[in-house]
Amino acid sequence: MSVPAFTGSNVMDVDAAKIRGAGSNVHFDKVSVAYGAHVVLHPLTLDIAPGEILAMIGPSGSGKTTALRAVAGFVRPASGRIRIGATDVTDLPPYERGLGMVVQNYALFPHMRVEDNVAFGLRAQGADKALIGERVKDSLATVGMSGFSKRYPRELSGGQQQRVAIARALAVRPRVLLLDEPLSALDAQIRRNMVEEIAKLHRDLPGLTILYVTHDQTEALTLADKIAIMRDGRVSSHGPTAELYRRPPNRFTAEFLGRANLLPVTVAEGAAGPKGLATAKLGDAVLAGVARGEKPGDKTLLCIRPQHLSLTGDEEHTNRIVGTLREVHWQGELTHLVLDVDGTPVRVSATRLPVSLPERGSAMPLFFTPGDTSLVPEDVRG
Amino acid sequence: MAEAAVLPASPALRRVPGRFWIVPPAALLALLFFYPLVLIVQQAFLDDSGMANVAEFARVLHARFFLNALLNTITISVAATAGCLIVGLVLGLILAFVPFPGSGVIARLIDTFIALPTFLVTLAFTFLYGSAGMLNAGLMEVFSLRAPPVDFLYSTWGVVLAEVTVYSPFVLRPLLAAFSLVDRGQIEAASVLGARPFRIVRQVILPAAVPALIAGGSLCLLLTVNEFGIVLFIGAKGVITLPLLIYSKAIQESAYQVACIIAVINIALSLGLFGLYRFAAGRMGM
Ligand SMILES: Nc1ncnc2c1ncn2[C@@H]1O[C@H](COP(=O)(O)OP(=O)(O)OP(=O)(O)O)[C@@H](O)[C@H]1O
Ligand SMILES: [Mg+2]
Repeated sequence: MSVPAFTGSNVMDVDAAKIRGAGSNVHFDKVSVAYGAHVVLHPLTLDIAPGEILAMIGPSGSGKTTALRAVAGFVRPASGRIRIGATDVTDLPPYERGLGMVVQNYALFPHMRVEDNVAFGLRAQGADKALIGERVKDSLATVGMSGFSKRYPRELSGGQQQRVAIARALAVRPRVLLLDEPLSALDAQIRRNMVEEIAKLHRDLPGLTILYVTHDQTEALTLADKIAIMRDGRVSSHGPTAELYRRPPNRFTAEFLGRANLLPVTVAEGAAGPKGLATAKLGDAVLAGVARGEKPGDKTLLCIRPQHLSLTGDEEHTNRIVGTLREVHWQGELTHLVLDVDGTPVRVSATRLPVSLPERGSAMPLFFTPGDTSLVPEDVRG
Repeated sequence: MAEAAVLPASPALRRVPGRFWIVPPAALLALLFFYPLVLIVQQAFLDDSGMANVAEFARVLHARFFLNALLNTITISVAATAGCLIVGLVLGLILAFVPFPGSGVIARLIDTFIALPTFLVTLAFTFLYGSAGMLNAGLMEVFSLRAPPVDFLYSTWGVVLAEVTVYSPFVLRPLLAAFSLVDRGQIEAASVLGARPFRIVRQVILPAAVPALIAGGSLCLLLTVNEFGIVLFIGAKGVITLPLLIYSKAIQESAYQVACIIAVINIALSLGLFGLYRFAAGRMGM
């Protein structure tokens, strides 16, 4: 039953090096998955670099869990290969893949104390007693649960259970950590804290490669080095988090990540000048936006985030559009406005409001900086 | 607690409506269950001419025929229960965790086994393994033998085998119920952590199934201790169990006091096992 990696006494150092130094990359090589005739993952090629956090986000049913379970070994690809580090794991059973996994409902073993839950993987891999004791202590300390080792899972809160689940996964020093909506069973407050803690965890274990499946874009934006956006079993877009947010490559990405406003415009002039701005027309208004190589006459979308729209103009906010005020939602620190601009609903998140807002139904100007925009092509499909 | 002080002031409120409905079932129970029970216990201390005789009780307890039957009963029921637990566990694990098409149908088929009379299996066994059964006939034909080579059926082990066949579903049923409640996520978590199937069964699945095993096992013990039809039907020489002994004392020898003494012991044994079963079933929430 023993796995060689855990039998020696110098194992700690080797493993620690593996974790702190170069972790393993995960490579999907044209991986497709089908249930009967129903293809749920179209040939997927994707690489997660060693030590990277890749967030996979997308609507329900888009194939995120399926992709993660293919890495874990619970879903057999219909075609393609999956490699972890130098190992082709496609034909390996889950227990030989050297991974950690945390799922939404924690899946702790109810009849085992916290310490036995955390020790489970090491025992299964035949580690010796001293190592197990050390690792259990370490892992529980990492997630701030040292005082709870003698409790049973049912004696813990949801957030505490999830910490134990993370400790259990970390105790075996996995090459890759798979997280499938690990926080969605928790309420908003705890979720925010846990996101920060996972970020801290990754700072402590920078070599750990993480595949983080979520439908919560805030979690993805906070944690991920890169984001892959899934849609209907395909990767709709994939790239560094900030870049994907600032320069979304298509409408789906722009809307899914941060609910951008997308104004249909016609390009007047292609990119010119050092800032790479193009000009485009929205009705009578001429707007400047960050170009993507459009040519004059192209029909495209001008992407502008709700928080970048200002109710007052100045020398920075040179773009000006006029809309009709439809709705006002006050939310404490933010006020959300919805305007109608040429038939397109436009959302505004304002931190400061003018002393008096115009009446609902009356016209209102909005201002924004060209550098905050980007031109986004309309999706080819649906 | 606040109501308790108020209630006695208005006695009308204390009268639970429909309290008299307890009378018919209680009367029926008394007539059909407790009265015969009392009669049997009473008979156990009266000799066949109606005189009090307590010494007979002690004599029967020490008699060879009784001790033999008790030993047989316990051997058979413990062996059969162990067999049922093993068969039920193996079948249950396969049906619940090894995905194969038609596993649901098989589970339901095994379930209907419970509905069949116990002698049916025994009869089938006679056709299969009996001295004139298919197995023996085949072997005699193939190897040109004069006498049937296989005769385990007419022994303690024949009885055990038949009882295992008949009573395994009683273990399987609660086990499948318990297995269906095991979170598949736990099994997957264990697997990712490096646990092979055998370890998962031992450390993740079985702990969740312990109450079901105890419930199914004690039910099997109870049923096999009291089994009459199978033992009689197989008719193995010298395999006398308590129920069979009661039958032969009462019906064949008309030794009523002896029969009742054995019956009292048999009943005590059954009630003890039933208590165990209720305890386990209660823990399982059945
Ligand atoms: N065992 C299964 N048998 C058949 N179809 C399945 C199975 N598991 C998943 N699917 C289908 O595969 C598709 C992708 O499912 P998947 O669980 O990967 O989605 P997801 O992106 O994780 O969604 P969610 O955000 O709701 O968790 C869905 O259409 C789903 O119905
Ligand atoms: Mg999912």
